[in-house]
Amino acid sequence: VSSVNVDLQTDATLQVDISDALSERDKVKFTVHTKSTLPNFKQNEFSVVRQHEEFIWLHDSFVENEEYAGYIIPPAPPRPDFDASREKLQKLGEGEGSMTKEEFTKMKQELEAEYLAIFKKTVAMHEVFLCRVAAHPVLRKDLNFHVFLEYNQDLSVRGKNKREKMEDFFKNVVKSADGVLVAGVKDVDDFFEHEKTFLLEYHNRVKDASAKSDRMIRSHKSAADDINRIASTLYTLGTQDSTDVCKFFLKVSELFEKTRKIEARVAADEDLKLADLLKYYLRESQAAKDLLYRRGRALVDYENANKALDRARAKNKDVLQAETSQQVCCQKFEKISESAKQELIDFKTRRVAAFRKNLVELAELELKHAKGNLQLLQSCLGVLKGDT
Amino acid sequence: MDPSLSASDIASSTKPLSEASSPPVMDLLSEPASEASSAPMVDLLMEPASEGSSAPMVDILSEPASEASSAPMVDLLMEPAREGSSAPMVDLLMEPASEASSAPMMNLLMEPASEASSAPMMNLLMEPASDDLKEPPKPDIDPLADILNDTPLSEVKTPVAAMPQETPSDLFDDEPSELFAEPRQSNTAKQQQTSIFDEPDEDLFSEPLGEASKNPQNDFFKEALAPVAKASNVCGPLSDNYNEHPTDIFTEEAMTTLPSAVSTVSVNSKTNGVHSDEEEPDIFAEATVELSLDSPRNDRKKKGAAKPSAPAPAPSVSASASKPQPKTLEELEEEVEDKFELNISITNPEKVGDGMNAYMAYKVSTQTTLPMFRSKTFTVRRRFSDFLGLYEKLSDKHTPNGYIVPPPPEKSIMGMTKVKVGKEDNSSAEFVERRRAALERYLQRVVFHPSLLQDPDVREFLERDDMPRAHNTQALSGAGFLKMINRATDSLSKMTIKMNESDVWFEEKLQEVEAEDQQLRKLHIMVDSLVGHRKELSVNTGGFAKSVAMLGSSEDNTALSRALSQLAEVEDKMEQLHQEQAASDSFCFAELLADYIRLLGSVRASFDQRMKTWQRWQDAQNMLQKKRETEAKLLWANKPDKLQQAKDDITEWEAKVTQYERDFDRVSATVRKEVLRFEKEKARDFKKQIIKYLESLLQSQQQLIKYWEAFLPEAKAIA
Repeated sequence: VSSVNVDLQTDATLQVDISDALSERDKVKFTVHTKSTLPNFKQNEFSVVRQHEEFIWLHDSFVENEEYAGYIIPPAPPRPDFDASREKLQKLGEGEGSMTKEEFTKMKQELEAEYLAIFKKTVAMHEVFLCRVAAHPVLRKDLNFHVFLEYNQDLSVRGKNKREKMEDFFKNVVKSADGVLVAGVKDVDDFFEHEKTFLLEYHNRVKDASAKSDRMIRSHKSAADDINRIASTLYTLGTQDSTDVCKFFLKVSELFEKTRKIEARVAADEDLKLADLLKYYLRESQAAKDLLYRRGRALVDYENANKALDRARAKNKDVLQAETSQQVCCQKFEKISESAKQELIDFKTRRVAAFRKNLVELAELELKHAKGNLQLLQSCLGVLKGDT
Repeated sequence: MDPSLSASDIASSTKPLSEASSPPVMDLLSEPASEASSAPMVDLLMEPASEGSSAPMVDILSEPASEASSAPMVDLLMEPAREGSSAPMVDLLMEPASEASSAPMMNLLMEPASEASSAPMMNLLMEPASDDLKEPPKPDIDPLADILNDTPLSEVKTPVAAMPQETPSDLFDDEPSELFAEPRQSNTAKQQQTSIFDEPDEDLFSEPLGEASKNPQNDFFKEALAPVAKASNVCGPLSDNYNEHPTDIFTEEAMTTLPSAVSTVSVNSKTNGVHSDEEEPDIFAEATVELSLDSPRNDRKKKGAAKPSAPAPAPSVSASASKPQPKTLEELEEEVEDKFELNISITNPEKVGDGMNAYMAYKVSTQTTLPMFRSKTFTVRRRFSDFLGLYEKLSDKHTPNGYIVPPPPEKSIMGMTKVKVGKEDNSSAEFVERRRAALERYLQRVVFHPSLLQDPDVREFLERDDMPRAHNTQALSGAGFLKMINRATDSLSKMTIKMNESDVWFEEKLQEVEAEDQQLRKLHIMVDSLVGHRKELSVNTGGFAKSVAMLGSSEDNTALSRALSQLAEVEDKMEQLHQEQAASDSFCFAELLADYIRLLGSVRASFDQRMKTWQRWQDAQNMLQKKRETEAKLLWANKPDKLQQAKDDITEWEAKVTQYERDFDRVSATVRKEVLRFEKEKARDFKKQIIKYLESLLQSQQQLIKYWEAFLPEAKAIA
């Protein structure tokens, strides 16, 4: 199911996947399936039902945990968005009278397929998040994570209320303002200095590429839809014409009906292999940036603590307190730096592997589809030319 | 009602037979009053019969009356009234549409009659056609009766006296007045034909003599015959008869069946050779026409040949004179349809002038082996409005006759303004190319149409160096639009009229055309949308390519960075590919649909034209009915002073009804043939264009495979 390969070292001691999912009105219920030999769990294999909000809760609990400041927190899965698809379905229902039965059935099938694709993607995104956590040497031991996996009741996680959302918003504003401040500080470590510049640029570019790929795929889908409608109109033409062109129209309609399916698959595969990959690395690079921010913040704190200690020593006032504080800051910074370096190296390894896998698969699928199209066109042309 | 009685009455004079059950004919017949003695008439009629048997006579007489209600009859009778040289055309066309194989014959025959203004001829001919073949004597007799009916009615009030002695010929003498006497004598002197029937015929033919200038009709005639002989396989009966009965057709004919009647006609025309001109061309025209009747294919061809002469009476003589040639050409063309000896290309679109007065001029190059052109290759420069002007001219001439005149591309103010402003961007170049191609296809459709190719305006357009500017081209697009609206409302109002004609073919075809039009429009919108989305895809792929290239440059893993820039290159090529595909969607597919949407407009126009002629015919019939009622009232009220006027009116409207019905039949036949031709062309066009389109799709898939195959090892090399 996993559409985005993050190249996780799977480890038999803890394996997590989403075995099933159920769409209920505006909610999606995921069945999270766990296989583990870890002693923390009562059983070796079990399943629980989780909703998107619970995933978010888990993610936020990682982010808020100071212990994990030195790690790239796996990005939270995006919120399931069936609105566009539902809206289309509704519109289709309204327009039922204005189209022929075939057209309606066809459109309905199309939309259902689209809905299913979004659904599958949503499931995949959520699964990737859990797999990432399960593969993480530290996060996999997190208690919240274990509760999330094992507790077979509702976690009573509620969505954030307005006040909390406002707080989050201000936090983010402060954070990004602070981020600019922190980023302006020259890093003492060349590795981190390089990573900082890289991630800043990389993130922006992957963001752009992700948006552009979405646009490209959207127009590809539109083109495939057009071919679909052309096929059905040709079919109508073929059935209402009494002259010998009708066979011709029907044949071409049949061809377009097949090629548009392939075109749609091309678009869907590009979406899965390219756009989703970019989108995932957009979020992952953001998570890496967040890590660098935390480290940068810790560095600034550490430097401030040093200055405060110097001042305290100069004034010979509260020296002990300053020393303690300086030590805490130092430890924190060093701890973050220590794990962050490995995290960033891992991030790169994962990224290269994921891109390789996805690009190879993309190329193979493109080839497969193009060859399928070619074959259809060749055989159709053979028939048509034989006719004339 | 006793047919024989009515016939005699008619012959004798003008007495209204109010009891007539079949209005058109009966009225005609009833017109002659009873003042004149009916006896001579009867004698007249009997005489021909005597050669055969007298019994048939009665039958004959009765026949016309009983059959009077049948349309063909009416037509025949009405013929004399018709004016134009277009008549032959009409007949040809309407006959195939109706039923009898003999029809052509009678048309042939009746045409000269109409020209000559003397009905008898035509009647003679038509009788046999419409009646059963079984009645041997009838053919002879009927014509007579008809002749009698028709001719004397209006002009001649006292033919009776002359009749007894000289038989029908006398009758004829009287009615056309002076004209008649002269030629007739010569005829009689020269020909000394035994049968009475010959004489009337002769007279008929000779009649025009007086009016018309003397042409070398003999030649004409021979020419006319030649094609007939050639096409003998097409119309068996005619040619056979022809050969068999060179001269004494009439005697034989009495015994023979319909075909013989037919042959008489041709024989007559032959003998006429001696006489004069005016009708010679006509006969000729008919002869050619008639050839075509049996086979629709031929027919179409012929029609094509004859066509140009029809709308414009003036050049009819020359047209008919030159007929043999175009006809053979067309035959050739039909046979080797694909090896069309006329290639037209439009190249070098060039902006002439500046600012808002600027216009595009195109080089129109023609390559041909057709002898109708002065040279084998020639080029002229034409501007867009010239193309519109050509269409207007062709449409004015040929649309009323039911022809499907290919329409040129619409004026595009948007597109042209861009060009005028001088923006040398992509879209304006595309616009110019699109229009160039559309004009080329338009012109090719025009010259590919056998009838339109014969039009002098087409030739002028292709050949003439100094074309006069088309008038009011400015208004053309607007006017065209208005025309479309009128057309739409016209057809709406026509739709409300229940056409109670029996031909379901037209009804079904029209429905088909309308449904097709609807689907093609839908399809066109979708293909346009595909073009739009494909262009969008191209642009977005280009955007993505650039973005991926940037991403690759910032990627710090070397192999991945390299692979990403390779991907960017692939996407770059895909941008180009989508661009080309969009162009192919547009040029191969959308333009084809646009052409056919326009063409279907012309097809509908030809159906509308048919409706219009039908309506006109119906209106005329109603009017005729009213006039007759008026006459009846006048008679009742005993107002002889106004009676003459009423009679004149009736004659006038009878003529109109005949003509309008023939117009209708002619237009119907043309529409039918045109639609069949159109469908053939359409099938060919669609096949050709869509195969071309699919080939373009195939090519881009091949390219795609190449690109991705080159990329795959790069992706695998990421490490």
